Amino acid sequence: MTQGRSWFRLSALVIGFAFLYIPIMSLVVYSFNESKLVTVWAGFSTKWYGELLHNQQILGAAWLSLKIAAVSATIAVVLGTLAGLVLARFGPFRGRTLLSGLTTAPLVMPEVITGLSMLLLFVTMEQLIGWPAGRGMTTIVIAHVTFTMAYVTVVVQSRLSQMDDSLEEAAMDLGARPSRVFFLITLPIITPALLSGWLLAFTLSVDDLVTTSFVAGPGSSTLPMVIFSKVRLGVSPDINALATIVVAIVAVGVVIAGVMMSRQQKARDRDAQMALAANQQMIESLKKG
Amino acid sequence: MNRVLKRLGLTGQGLVTSVPYLWLVLFFLVPFVIVLKISFSTAAIAMPPYAPLLHWVSEKVVQVQLDFSNFMFLVEDNLYWKAYLNSIMVAAISTILCLLIGYPIAYSIARSPPSSRNILMLMIVLPFWTSFLLRVYAWIGILKQNGLLNNTLMWLGVIHEPLQIMQTYTAVYIGIVYSYLPFMILPLYANLEKMDLTLLEAASDLGCKPWQAFYKITLPLSQPGIVAGCLLVFIPAVGEFVIPSLLGSPGMLMIGKVLWTEFFNNRDWPVASAVAIALLMFLVIPIMYYQRAQDAEAGGGLHR
Repeated sequence: MTQGRSWFRLSALVIGFAFLYIPIMSLVVYSFNESKLVTVWAGFSTKWYGELLHNQQILGAAWLSLKIAAVSATIAVVLGTLAGLVLARFGPFRGRTLLSGLTTAPLVMPEVITGLSMLLLFVTMEQLIGWPAGRGMTTIVIAHVTFTMAYVTVVVQSRLSQMDDSLEEAAMDLGARPSRVFFLITLPIITPALLSGWLLAFTLSVDDLVTTSFVAGPGSSTLPMVIFSKVRLGVSPDINALATIVVAIVAVGVVIAGVMMSRQQKARDRDAQMALAANQQMIESLKKG
Repeated sequence: MNRVLKRLGLTGQGLVTSVPYLWLVLFFLVPFVIVLKISFSTAAIAMPPYAPLLHWVSEKVVQVQLDFSNFMFLVEDNLYWKAYLNSIMVAAISTILCLLIGYPIAYSIARSPPSSRNILMLMIVLPFWTSFLLRVYAWIGILKQNGLLNNTLMWLGVIHEPLQIMQTYTAVYIGIVYSYLPFMILPLYANLEKMDLTLLEAASDLGCKPWQAFYKITLPLSQPGIVAGCLLVFIPAVGEFVIPSLLGSPGMLMIGKVLWTEFFNNRDWPVASAVAIALLMFLVIPIMYYQRAQDAEAGGGLHR
């Protein structure tokens, strides 16, 4: 009986992961295909990578996307951390439900709605106060911050609610001001959550097509916008090359993150052991004394 | 100094709260009010392409001109009804498919040895970190006439004529299920992993067969996970634009595509706004339901 169930589990996992990874692997394999037809194999070639590196439009768009993502992820982490802190630590207050609604709604809101409403806001603001003048990087950053900070808030809020708040309380009891407690105690503990929140926001920003298309002006085409206009016309081998580069970057990032996490775990285990040993020594010396 | 600030109502907590609050109100809530306003205005050839709602008739009288014609247009034109119903149907079927595929995977991971659970979950989330657009693009190469799937099936001798999958609903379902599967698996796994396994042991001791125990214990207990996963897939899938426009046929009516076309191709901002408001009215109930479920979950975390 147990055997039957483990067979079921194994096949569910194998089929599931095949479904998730075969498309990505096919992108990588066909990026080395000589033929322009992408899926008809005509021999190994790296020429599409060369073509990609000479495509000024794609390179320019990629650079713009990276700049936008770095700026908006940083702002999103600051705002998302504040929102997560408020929701996890400040207890009930007037308007908490609204804040919590405003932070979860962007997670599920269809992007065509978010994009349209943001654009109409920018147009109205320009009419009323003259800012933001035209649309471009600034408007894209504001839009990206708004929907990515929701993800940061969720990450930070869940980390804070799992975290033991006795350390914070102890610091308060010893007379530390709330801001000092935050910077000395809370912030170092939630730093890994902030890091993953930043990476998540960065990825979502680099990847976003729909919201960006609404709020981007002429001459501020991001990478997904360029890819979309190319892909609409059919498959194109240099996009496969681009996808392979993205996959490679993510894979390297995952390996680095994995190594760092296991190192941290080891350091934590070592610290715990040392603390335990010190504790025992103290107890023994107390017994002797 | 502090006392002065406090008297003004400017406490540290208030300041910390107000920064993200103001941002979200200004850039997320206010825009919806503007969309609502523009959905009642008349299209005009101008920049921006709509007529203002408020007219100064004389010095002191403001005339508000509400134009319901955009909504009447939505109701009268069959195209919009079809697009709404179609989007809801496509989203619903994709959600069910996601659940049917995602549940066994989440269940299998949750019942794996604890040491391998994290790495398996990492592998589920990993594709999410690569580009969504490129992952949808990958399916064009697989599903098209002389794509990977057709070539493989013909090589195996299963079929002799290539199947037409691209530009059909099947392709759209595959695309949505593929892109949103992690969103289904994450809440399901979080729920199934917490489950008290002694309940299943008790059931088995009392003579329950494994499938009975699953049906009577595991399934009902995982209901919050199922609800969260389904909402996370269904709500964004209703407004999906990228997948139907890349994998579906050009004539396929989906509301996200209709809104996009009204806005970018027809430049009819008031009708696009009316489409958005109508879509939002439909989605507001599931969104609030999701938000409440999330909040209950987070609240439970606080009391633990």
